Amino acid sequence: MCLGIPGKIVETFQRDQLPMAKVEFGGIIKDICLAYTPEAQPGQYVLVHVGFAINQIDEAEAEEVFRYIEEIEAMGAPGGPEASEAAERGGGGETG
Amino acid sequence: MKYLDEYRNADAARSLVRAIAARVTRPWNIMEVCGGQTHAIVRFALDEILPDEIRLIHGPGCPVCVTPLETIDRAIALAARPEVILCSFGDMLRVPGSGKDLFTVKSEGGDVRVVYSPIDAVTLARKHPDRQVVFFAIGFETTAPANAMAAVQAARLGLENFSMLVAHVLVPPAIRAVLDVPDCRVQGFLAAGHVCTVMGAAEYRPLAERYRVPIVITGFEPLDILRGVLMCVEQLESGRHEVANAYPRAVRPEGNPAAQRQVAEVFEPTGRKWRGIGEIPASGWRLGPAYARFDAERRFDLGHITAEEPDACRAGDVLQGRLRPCECPSFGVECTPEQPLGALMVSAEGACAAYYRYRRK
Repeated sequence: MCLGIPGKIVETFQRDQLPMAKVEFGGIIKDICLAYTPEAQPGQYVLVHVGFAINQIDEAEAEEVFRYIEEIEAMGAPGGPEASEAAERGGGGETG
Repeated sequence: MKYLDEYRNADAARSLVRAIAARVTRPWNIMEVCGGQTHAIVRFALDEILPDEIRLIHGPGCPVCVTPLETIDRAIALAARPEVILCSFGDMLRVPGSGKDLFTVKSEGGDVRVVYSPIDAVTLARKHPDRQVVFFAIGFETTAPANAMAAVQAARLGLENFSMLVAHVLVPPAIRAVLDVPDCRVQGFLAAGHVCTVMGAAEYRPLAERYRVPIVITGFEPLDILRGVLMCVEQLESGRHEVANAYPRAVRPEGNPAAQRQVAEVFEPTGRKWRGIGEIPASGWRLGPAYARFDAERRFDLGHITAEEPDACRAGDVLQGRLRPCECPSFGVECTPEQPLGALMVSAEGACAAYYRYRRK
């Protein structure tokens, strides 16, 4: 119910006094209301919930988790054997 | 899709799991509040790849699941009226009321329509000036700005044939209700990311402080959830209890002020009964004075509707993390998606539906 999908603004327009946009989700285009993200511009990504953009995606912050993972990997696998075993149980892949 | 697929990367997930395992020294019970998180956890088997010390407890964050039986019965009574077009999000149609569900009312000739957005319901009211369009406005804080805009648009357009059956619920009072149960085992929370996209972090700080629990704002993809678990474990292991943000690409500390202003103009706080849990004070929103004329419960005389939950449904225990879906004697036997006893088996975010779909053995 609180599903939010990131989509890319293709173009903006007005309808019934509401700021609207054509927003693309992996090739599908939908009309989305921008009333709560009035600064969002074409080319930017917004988080969409039931036809409304509820926020712009912060593109710098979107990298945060990957920077963090690079850091911990650079420091060497911190886990020891138990951690590798725990990781293997789920994925079955190799564990660095 | 950008901003989705990369957060499902298996190697990156394994890195986070290793980091969690490296920090964990003893068992911890962490509740993920939102049903969308529960589905991701069960679908991607995140609970199975985490160290055994981490137990994820599924929370009450599914608005379809907690909408009380009486309210479903009111929606059903409205949908059965010949002048009414009842509009609802799709999830709500299969949720059992006392006697039947909205889908059955539709098959019996009731005009029940699924809408993607609340604005679609307003559009429908414009197209059918001879009919009464009622929008079943459910949801947490995430959905409230969109539902508020439906009322605002109806007022702007001067629509007299549009109204809303409002059943809005709020996350912080639900967290408080979980923590107030005497035998509560939850030691940390993954807060619902998109609720915080709208509301921000501020209202969680007094909860973290008072109950001395870490609350980590968390997203919905596997890497988001594992990052949330890691940040929660780091706090638990070092004895801290702060509000932290593991979902910064979608959540700013202040939330979305424009959305908050619109919600405050349209809605006001009210007590709500939660299905399976009971009455929680100031745990919801209803239309405030400026928009009360769009309240379907004022517009239509529905009489006094009360309802009793079926005894066999243990939804309340599941919603409060006391029972896993697969531990319920009815699970998969007398309660299935085809013949559900409760909403948790049919909502897209219901914990029972997640276990039935991904974990049935």
